[in-house]
Amino acid sequence: MRTTLTEKIGEVAVAVFLWGFRILVVSVVIIGTILTIREGKYTGVQWIDFIVFGIARGSIYAMIALGYTMVYGILRMINFAHSEVFMSGAFGGYFLANAMGQSGFLDKYPVLGLVAAVLVGMLVSAGVALLVERIAYRPLRKAPRLVPLISAIGASFFLQYTFRGFFGPGIYAYPNVKVLSGEWNIFGIGILKMQVVVAVAAFIMMAVLYTIVMRTKIGKAMRAVSENKDVAALMGIDVDGIIVATFGVGAAMAGAAGVLYALMFRQVNFFMGFTPGIKAFTSAVLGGIGNVPGAMVGGIVLGIFESIGPALFLDGLGIIRPYQLQDAIAYIMLVMVLLFRPSGIVGEKLTTKKA
Amino acid sequence: MNKQLRLTFGKAVRTGLIGGIVALFLCLVGIVEIFGKRSLIEGLISLGHVFLFLSLLATGFVTASRKSDQAPLGRLWLSLAGTISGAVAGIVLALFMLLGSVINIRAMFIHASPDLYKILSFGRGMAGVWLLLLVGAALGALGALIRVLPSRIQKPLMQGFIGILLVGLFAGLVRPLLVAIPGLPEALGRYLFGQTGLTQGGALITFILIAGIVAFWSARGKTVQARVAKWPRSGQLALRWVFFGLAGVLALTLPLFSGPFIAQVIVLISLNILMGLGLNITLGFAGLLDLGFVAFFAMGAYTVGLLTSYGEYGLAHISFWAVVPIAILVAFMVGAFLGLPVLGMRGDYLAIATLGFGEIVRLLAGSDFLGKWLGGPQGVIGIQKPCLGILGPYVGLGIPRVCHGLELGGPKEIYYLAIICAILVAFVASRLRDSRLGRAWMAIREDEDVAEALGVNLIQTKLLAYMLGASFAGLSGAIFGTLVGSIFASSMQLMVSINVVCLIIVGGMGSIPGVVVGALVLIGLPEAFREFSEYRFLFYGAALIVMMLVKPGGLWPSSIVQRELHLDVKNDTGPNNAPTSAD
Amino acid sequence: MKRLYITLTFLVAVTMILTACGPKAFTCTDKIGCVTIAPTDPVHIAFWGVLSGADGTLGTDSQYGVEIAIADQGKLLGHDIQLTTEDGLCTPEGGATAATKLAVDTTIVALVGSSCSDETVGGIATLTNAGLTTISPSNTRPVLTAPDRSPDYAGYLRTAHSDAFQGKTAADFAYNVLKVTKAATIHDGSSYAQALQQVFVDNFKTLGGTIVAQEAVAKTDTDMHAVLTTVAAAGPEFIYYPIFIAAGGYITAQAKEVAGLENVKLMGADGMFSPDLLKGAGTAAEGMYLSSPDFSLFPAGYTAFVGKYKAKYGTAPLSIFHAHAYDAANIIFAAFTKVAVKDADGTLHVGRQALRDAIYATKDFLGITGTLTCGQYGDCGAPVIAVYQITSSDPTSWNPGTNPKKIYP
Repeated sequence: MRTTLTEKIGEVAVAVFLWGFRILVVSVVIIGTILTIREGKYTGVQWIDFIVFGIARGSIYAMIALGYTMVYGILRMINFAHSEVFMSGAFGGYFLANAMGQSGFLDKYPVLGLVAAVLVGMLVSAGVALLVERIAYRPLRKAPRLVPLISAIGASFFLQYTFRGFFGPGIYAYPNVKVLSGEWNIFGIGILKMQVVVAVAAFIMMAVLYTIVMRTKIGKAMRAVSENKDVAALMGIDVDGIIVATFGVGAAMAGAAGVLYALMFRQVNFFMGFTPGIKAFTSAVLGGIGNVPGAMVGGIVLGIFESIGPALFLDGLGIIRPYQLQDAIAYIMLVMVLLFRPSGIVGEKLTTKKA
Repeated sequence: MNKQLRLTFGKAVRTGLIGGIVALFLCLVGIVEIFGKRSLIEGLISLGHVFLFLSLLATGFVTASRKSDQAPLGRLWLSLAGTISGAVAGIVLALFMLLGSVINIRAMFIHASPDLYKILSFGRGMAGVWLLLLVGAALGALGALIRVLPSRIQKPLMQGFIGILLVGLFAGLVRPLLVAIPGLPEALGRYLFGQTGLTQGGALITFILIAGIVAFWSARGKTVQARVAKWPRSGQLALRWVFFGLAGVLALTLPLFSGPFIAQVIVLISLNILMGLGLNITLGFAGLLDLGFVAFFAMGAYTVGLLTSYGEYGLAHISFWAVVPIAILVAFMVGAFLGLPVLGMRGDYLAIATLGFGEIVRLLAGSDFLGKWLGGPQGVIGIQKPCLGILGPYVGLGIPRVCHGLELGGPKEIYYLAIICAILVAFVASRLRDSRLGRAWMAIREDEDVAEALGVNLIQTKLLAYMLGASFAGLSGAIFGTLVGSIFASSMQLMVSINVVCLIIVGGMGSIPGVVVGALVLIGLPEAFREFSEYRFLFYGAALIVMMLVKPGGLWPSSIVQRELHLDVKNDTGPNNAPTSAD
Repeated sequence: MKRLYITLTFLVAVTMILTACGPKAFTCTDKIGCVTIAPTDPVHIAFWGVLSGADGTLGTDSQYGVEIAIADQGKLLGHDIQLTTEDGLCTPEGGATAATKLAVDTTIVALVGSSCSDETVGGIATLTNAGLTTISPSNTRPVLTAPDRSPDYAGYLRTAHSDAFQGKTAADFAYNVLKVTKAATIHDGSSYAQALQQVFVDNFKTLGGTIVAQEAVAKTDTDMHAVLTTVAAAGPEFIYYPIFIAAGGYITAQAKEVAGLENVKLMGADGMFSPDLLKGAGTAAEGMYLSSPDFSLFPAGYTAFVGKYKAKYGTAPLSIFHAHAYDAANIIFAAFTKVAVKDADGTLHVGRQALRDAIYATKDFLGITGTLTCGQYGDCGAPVIAVYQITSSDPTSWNPGTNPKKIYP
């Protein structure tokens, strides 16, 4: 009898705490927002700017998150090396882009040049991902869940320092693409051309991926393998091949993201994948891991929170240097979302598989 | 026979190609070039060459190995196969050199430098390409030969070479140790070691020594073991106690002999053991993947920092011993705070949420917003060292308090504190594991829903897992703070949490000796690899992958995992349905 | 496997017990101790600094300066010179570990380093207490050579300037030359940047200017649009961001893309003074200002030095403290030559305290960064800071003096 009572008290206490936590965060957010808006420091255009910047940032996260989410959906593993796959795509595209930029080809045929660079980036990153899969993941398919995780961490280090060894620790800079600099005036707001390109590209990629997963035969096979590998094998599906295909497609997305990221931010360096990788993984979880549209939604939402959060929530509260805490805001938002919707914003994949 | 030959030669070519690519990789990454400057054996061979040769040797070696279910081929054929694979690898490198003489590879790969070509061509320019092919073939043959030798000869030979490699590679560590032994003239150190590696005489001596020991052991070892096994039980126990006693004496007296650097490394290892034991409870026992573990470490460190510092951020000026329980308590409570919101999350949601918490703590600690209290980017400095005695009064800002007694001022003294804490915590952890709570944790790890159905109170059990794990980490942070004397938020990185997760899994999840082994390997290795400087993490990453491929259960798996993976049953197939050697 | 562990433990235990008798003692009258160098042994000096990671060029550049000094010196009193390097990772613990590793090696005579002020904070106590002396070529945090510095810093000197001067020069330039009255600062959470921007802020306010915004980013941030929008909302005329190359490149490139900052003047500090900044920032870098040691005041030897650097390493100098490292190494050599005592059989004996005192006593030393005299708190550098302006965004045109061009004083 007593045990049940203490249990009940425990449950109530936990529930109270959790609700208190949610109310606290929500009230901080609301009070901060009200104070900031009252302060009137930012114009309406600037608020829209924040959101636009957030969407651009989020699109990059979304593209990388697609790879994470697909691999997770099939293998139930966090592919830590994915951030290095992203980085390798950026490097791969760099050499071509640099050559094109120096020879003037990029200025004469910008669209062709950019597409070529993106394709090369996708190829390189797909190659890297397949190599990693073959060496570090495939032998560990039947091992306990956390073993491939360590192998992935090892692969991540290995790739980072391999690229450092190949290309040095310095910065490589993508060339300036004249066609992409400057802004377009959409509905009276100036939006940077590059940001539009990135957002559109992310959306297209997600749409393509979604179509592949939902409408094609290979997508059906992917979904089957993700539900139950062994039964799928019994159904005659080449599980190894599907896994390879998944890695390849996810990596290609990350590679394209790498090239676009580098076009937007210019700098390419062996360590560039680490932070975007973590953010992308956060986006995937935020949206619902294993879920393709979820990765997109998660990425955009995360980007917007990071971009507008410090100014909107913290500035009004008088917190100095709010941008140091922008990641903290993102993570608290993540926890809040998971508290309200434990499977992420859009939810897990069709199958309600226990994580 | 013909088919066998064709298969073997096909394999030879494939292996050769892979070996060539590996050798090419080593060249492009810069290992061959950078290590070309360090010699393994003075005047004879540089480390760069060694790496090259190893890959060529390995191709021959691998080619000559055959699965146990295949019919044995004659030694001659195998050697020929080895030669072929070595030659193919040599061809790959030769092609690279030819390409390099035509186009400027250095524009892309910065290490395709003239120095590299010099090493590859043995200093003979383009004519060296032929030499390269010859060397490749010869080494391939040698590798195959070594493989087909009877194990009586093969083992000592191989171990001897490996011994030369290791001693020469880590000469920087071995030489000071050797020189510190009195009774051995200093001239011996100079005779054995050159500036960066072994001398020729030193290499010979090392080879003979190690090969001799291995040969002796493989010949006589079994008889010695059998004889010991025949001893009365009390005798065997006594022998075991002697070993442990020696190990204990070694552990207690190490800092007196080995200098502060090794003591510092061991202190860091002990701190990681403490954290590992904590995470072992959360992750190893209860199966909760916590990637933000560094947050609790930070709590312990900052508590100690703020309460004992004589600098500008010291809130109070209490002695270290009084603060440690407070630090543990703070970490304990924070474990609850950070555990509650994530109680309902599973798997990778839990991972990312806890990762987020770890980052939040780091960001808040280093932020300007809380800088007035926590020091911001400038950190909390001036942390008082622990004092075994009476601590003088707080005198003023920035002035350390005088210790009337023994002050644990440096790594040599804190070493003892760290080791004692590690032993205590390991004891507590093992008691917890065998308690009812421990079994409840393991039930949760296996299947939460079933555990709940069986009456395990999920909330309490999970919370306790977080809180107890956090308290160990808090203790670790407390000792860290006083060891380094200053705390910076930039030390509380995500990589620390990831490292602790790695060391648990490498050591063996849920296994307490595994935590110790994991910490030794994962903290000790990068320190040993300091010799490699910029390639440290390359080898570290490769080592992680290799360790997981070879020992997925960990280096010292807990008995449960051993049973799960059938590692304790001889001749059983491991989890991957391939014959594994039982260990 | 367990057998292996036991065997190893046994072997090491035997070794350790044999070591019990302790090391040999030297007959030496020096307060701290002496270093003995046998006739065929080299003189062992060490370099510690940041050699890997995003800031690796800072340490590597200084290391190159030391290596050139060694090559130029050739032999020291008939002995070769051996250089050991340790990576401090630009963090306090990294510095602590590097220092501990080096302090153990009793053959080391003196050190050049560290690169980052954080490394020194972590490691200096160990080095000082081991009797070693280190001269930093690139630490600029003011407190390291302040009169009230702790006794742990007794073994610490530097040939680099203190940021107390750099921040002041930047403020003077902004207020008196550019005539701006509203400035904003951005730092990156490192102790160097935060301290430096605070010096700027204090001086700027004293001169009569207003600081409209003080913001901060993280070193690893790449998207600066949001923080720049916040800065723009405050309406500054001038932004001072004394941070490192990566983040600095992003801010420079993106500032022009944020509404409201089109005409704002941008200024960075010595942490960004590198051709890599042009790579990262692109055309946006043109016209921005950077503060740095005044190269034009370096004596003629500097040009020859740069020539040697380019020939040996195939690249223009990666950062700006190579010359300071060269001078640091040479100061050590000079002091060493002064205090080393040669035995009858050619063995050298060097007293550690004597060496330290000799280094502190360096007076009117003709280095390539100027005529150096070491003060009692460790400041050897000639603190002359200049402001440069970038004239071209082509990284290959990087040539301190022309691009960027010195414009103040």
